[in-house]
Amino acid sequence: MLLQNSFYYFAFQSAFMDKKYQEDIAHIYAMMERSSRFISLSGLSGIVAGVVALIAAGLAYYWMREQGSLYLDDRHFGDSGLLVKLVITGLAALAAALFCGIFFTLRKSRKQQQPVWNALTRRLLLSLALPLVAGGLFCIALMMQGHFVFVAPATLVFYGLALVNAGKYTFRDIEFLGIGELVLGLAGMFFTGYGLLFWAAGFGLLHIVYGTLMHLKYH
Amino acid sequence: MDLIQSLNKDFESRVRLGLMSVLMVNDWVDFKEMKSLLKITDGNLASHTTALEKAGYIEVKKEFVGKKTRTTYRITHSGRTAFASHLQALEQLIQNT
Repeated sequence: MLLQNSFYYFAFQSAFMDKKYQEDIAHIYAMMERSSRFISLSGLSGIVAGVVALIAAGLAYYWMREQGSLYLDDRHFGDSGLLVKLVITGLAALAAALFCGIFFTLRKSRKQQQPVWNALTRRLLLSLALPLVAGGLFCIALMMQGHFVFVAPATLVFYGLALVNAGKYTFRDIEFLGIGELVLGLAGMFFTGYGLLFWAAGFGLLHIVYGTLMHLKYH
Repeated sequence: MDLIQSLNKDFESRVRLGLMSVLMVNDWVDFKEMKSLLKITDGNLASHTTALEKAGYIEVKKEFVGKKTRTTYRITHSGRTAFASHLQALEQLIQNT
């Protein structure tokens, strides 16, 4: 009788401990993840950024067709008014995408009760900003030297590098998105004249596809 | 039974598991950051870090930033080894059943 009781006791004890070990392991991995990857990035911000980019690309296409060129071929580039319009549209699209991205991400982090401003997010932003600033200066130099045809693909290349760089500190998906942008940007460098098309595919379509996937996966 | 004995008593509490996990994947982490990650009180965190420091698993650095002290933590080499074998023991324990 005593023997039987202690058998049940051990069986119960072992099932109980087993659950505790499993929870311990889950806790360890959750804490590693939470402290080293920012998980409140919102998929919705990707979708919005994509839509904004497609609108911007549509406007750019319309203006350029008025000028009789598919993309800013260096030779066709006589009117500096068009350049100003395009640069302003690009910057406005960037500002709108950033604003919505920050808005949706803040909303998600509040829901998940995750901190938004700590060592991790600072590292994330810094690793994102460095290639972007370099890319911005690079593009300004390209325009000053008159190589307009490379500007749109160059923005994709540097944006892709920024995402690959920042992917270490957030969802792995961002790294793959970055590789996608990088490939499109590099392809755009070779197929000059289709720059706008690659730009729309990278900033528009790829963002929408990735945003939707991430929204479904992590929501 | 051998496996259970290979679990490290110093890592028994959830707070310590969390603390060590954070330090496994980060370099220096400061007090405020750790507190918000683990969602615990000042006193609770302080008592666990002191114990882990005594065991030689973490390194504590105190420095002045202006007039305030800033405390930061880093895992030591022996802490990394000990925690890795603790995690390994846990994983073997659940695989054996």
